[in-house]
Amino acid sequence: MNFLKRELFKSETDPALANLSRRTFLQAVGAGGGLLIGSGFIAGNAAATAEKSAAQKTAPAFNAFLSISPDSKVTIVVKHLDMGQGVSTGLTSVVAEELDASWEQMHWEFAPADAARYNNLYWGPSQGTGGSSSIANSWMQLREAGAAARAMLVAAAAAQWKVPAEEIRVSKGIISHGNHSSSFGALVARASVLPVPQKPKLKDPKDFQLIGKTIPRKDSADKTSGKAIYTQDIQLPGMLTALVAYPPQIFGKVKKVDAAKAKAAPGVVAVVEFPRGVAVVAENFWAAKKARELLKVEWDLSACETRSSAELFNACHAAANKTGHVVKAEGDAAAVLAQTKNAQVISAEYELPYVTHAAIEPLNCVVKVEQNNCELWFACQMPTVDQQQVAAATGVKPEQVKINTLYAGGSFGRRACPSDYVVDAANIAKQVPGRAVKMVWTREDEILNGRYRPMAVHHIRAVVSGDKAVAWQHHAVAQAILRGTPFEAMIQGPVDGTVAEGIDDMHYAIPNLLVQATEIPIKVSTLWWRSVGHSGNAFVVESFIDQLAKAANKDPVIFRRELLTKEARALGVLNLVAEKSGWGKPLPKGVTRGVAVHKSFGTWVAQVAEVRVNTDKTFKVERVFCAVDCGVAVNPDVIRAQMEGGIGMGLSAALGEAITLNKGVVEQTNYHSYPLLRIDAMPKVEVHIVPSAEMPSGVGEPGVPPIAGAVANALFAATGKPVTKLPLGNTV
Amino acid sequence: MISLTINGKPHQLDIDPDTPLLWALRDELHMTGTKLGCGMALCGACTVHLNGSPVRSCSVPISAAAGAKIDTIDGINSAAFQAVQNAWRDLDVVQCGYCQSGQIMSATALLQTNKNPSDADIDTAMAGNLCRCATYQRIRSAIHQAADNLGGKAK
Repeated sequence: MNFLKRELFKSETDPALANLSRRTFLQAVGAGGGLLIGSGFIAGNAAATAEKSAAQKTAPAFNAFLSISPDSKVTIVVKHLDMGQGVSTGLTSVVAEELDASWEQMHWEFAPADAARYNNLYWGPSQGTGGSSSIANSWMQLREAGAAARAMLVAAAAAQWKVPAEEIRVSKGIISHGNHSSSFGALVARASVLPVPQKPKLKDPKDFQLIGKTIPRKDSADKTSGKAIYTQDIQLPGMLTALVAYPPQIFGKVKKVDAAKAKAAPGVVAVVEFPRGVAVVAENFWAAKKARELLKVEWDLSACETRSSAELFNACHAAANKTGHVVKAEGDAAAVLAQTKNAQVISAEYELPYVTHAAIEPLNCVVKVEQNNCELWFACQMPTVDQQQVAAATGVKPEQVKINTLYAGGSFGRRACPSDYVVDAANIAKQVPGRAVKMVWTREDEILNGRYRPMAVHHIRAVVSGDKAVAWQHHAVAQAILRGTPFEAMIQGPVDGTVAEGIDDMHYAIPNLLVQATEIPIKVSTLWWRSVGHSGNAFVVESFIDQLAKAANKDPVIFRRELLTKEARALGVLNLVAEKSGWGKPLPKGVTRGVAVHKSFGTWVAQVAEVRVNTDKTFKVERVFCAVDCGVAVNPDVIRAQMEGGIGMGLSAALGEAITLNKGVVEQTNYHSYPLLRIDAMPKVEVHIVPSAEMPSGVGEPGVPPIAGAVANALFAATGKPVTKLPLGNTV
Repeated sequence: MISLTINGKPHQLDIDPDTPLLWALRDELHMTGTKLGCGMALCGACTVHLNGSPVRSCSVPISAAAGAKIDTIDGINSAAFQAVQNAWRDLDVVQCGYCQSGQIMSATALLQTNKNPSDADIDTAMAGNLCRCATYQRIRSAIHQAADNLGGKAK
């Protein structure tokens, strides 16, 4: 997400923003006031049941992010959605570090929808998860939250023992001085009434006990026993299940409904219409599914796309042949190209298809609408946006929309959306007031109503003089992501920044560089797909760099190094991955290597893919080496997991994923026609983390962008034919 | 009325006989560890054991499970399952975790019939279970570790 990226960079370099973050935090924790035992449980916690409230009365909140119970259980409020990226573990460890708690005493729960306390500090007044920003924006906020609580515990101990606070030790949840020793819990009553320190002293990173160490995930036990509760698993008294008949194309509308047979089917409670479809509301899933098949709906498809994929690519190429909006210009690439004979110009035209998120948990949402009250249970990724959209749909005020956030069975960007499925669920539930309604999408619904990564076309022309790249002219054409959505205000300038994302800040030092971007309107829903514009754009840039390296008669790693002399962190990951992969050393017959390096969301990643091409022209990606520089490595094992997963997902898209249109109709329906990577195609992955004291940046997305280019470059090395289209398929 | 044994306990279900086993488990018995993914036996998220063998419960009508012994993630308790679960936790395999019930049930079934699976055996046995988070590398490692702990000598 480019807008998030900008904020991230700003915060790394702009002390004013860092101070702002700090101010926001101190306001959130009630600076100077101090929170009282008993009255300090988290106000406005929509998730709080009576039971939980009772528990919190005995567990005083030290601030908005942590409470400690008399039995020393520390509970962290996690303001971000855990969709697998491990943020519940990561954020908990940041607090535990400054608190000097033991890992075993740490617990966590998802935050309620409450932007005043739990906004993403990179997003201004909005609560939400995305842009690989969770650790980065929370880093100082949660360190201070933990350090403040620690200081209060120490002050309480000092007063009780009548010893100087600075002589008191805290280690693994035990506070001690001389012969004195106490658990956190025994001091909570005294500590929680003390003033909240405004500038708590933070640890010297060299003293970190948990950060930078491999500590076990907090969600492993529940997720390996079937006990983790996802939206799909919510059970509420009297709850109904809704399945929706959607139009066969996005932007279709209901024209006429004959619901007589569906209404008469066993278990059906209601059939309700809403703008995007017709819902069957029934006692259970199977009753709803069978009744849905009995609906007869006529659709108005007049606003829908009518073209097929080939025509859409042609339209993109036509646009790429015209002039686009300039997003980056250095030197005069056009002049250099004009002075160069056509035969010496290196050019390529790239095509990237739509891809979809296809998380294994199909989208779903539970909503209960009552007068002046609307409650939701789901894996909520953007609480503030969802609150506003649901309020508008149901006629309650945003603050009357309570959101209970649950684990997400994957998201990859899909749940960070303009509330499309959430509003559908609310529109259904408001017609069955007083009953909780679980709207469930089937896999087919999920693919049909996908919001895809845009298809894209890139045209590049470049000049190599001697062994150096001297000019690069690039035109990226893609459908916008933000245009026409509630996020449109984030577009800065005439073209959606996601079109040329990751090219507009080209890391290679090309003296004459011109990057243009053009949006192409297509009547298909789009959205950010893990790493957004980077995912496709890195493939284009990295593949083309290898073409230039070949023209310059240079090794691809050496060629890159020479273009990255001013990018120390890029060189760091490139050199590390070259060393670990044994770059330049002989490989078994039939095996070739390819390299790629890219920065996204503040994190640098370089990958080397080893690919075996068989005599029957099939190929297999056998090994991938990955080097990552994400600043301070908060949890190395989670970082490794995110790199492994990012490589797997990026490879999945590179090898086999494509959403295609036939006369406007999406041709894929389920995993047989939209194949995901399976275990037998997963390469062995080796991840190396660059040691760093820089501000931590994200790892959820940055593992994705380089892999397609690395594989394409290995194939280029094997065949001599540049790869310019995705997906690659399984043969060369 | 359909009678079957689930996680060692007898159950009688008076439901539409074409109801998939998945929905009998989830909606009738509120055993929600077994997940919906695709509804077409393509992803493996709904994997349970039917008389000891892994099946995709989204595509098994309850009528076909009459009299059968069903084991699900919610209650299975074999030595192989314990070894798999421990290895999964030890290696922190999970990410989003949604597919992992099915992965663990497939891995358990594999180790019940093959005490010493090779990488290729694992790939074959587990190819029906999709993981969008791509935790596959750790799944492979965890199965080897579980096999080791069960006494097999994994390669």
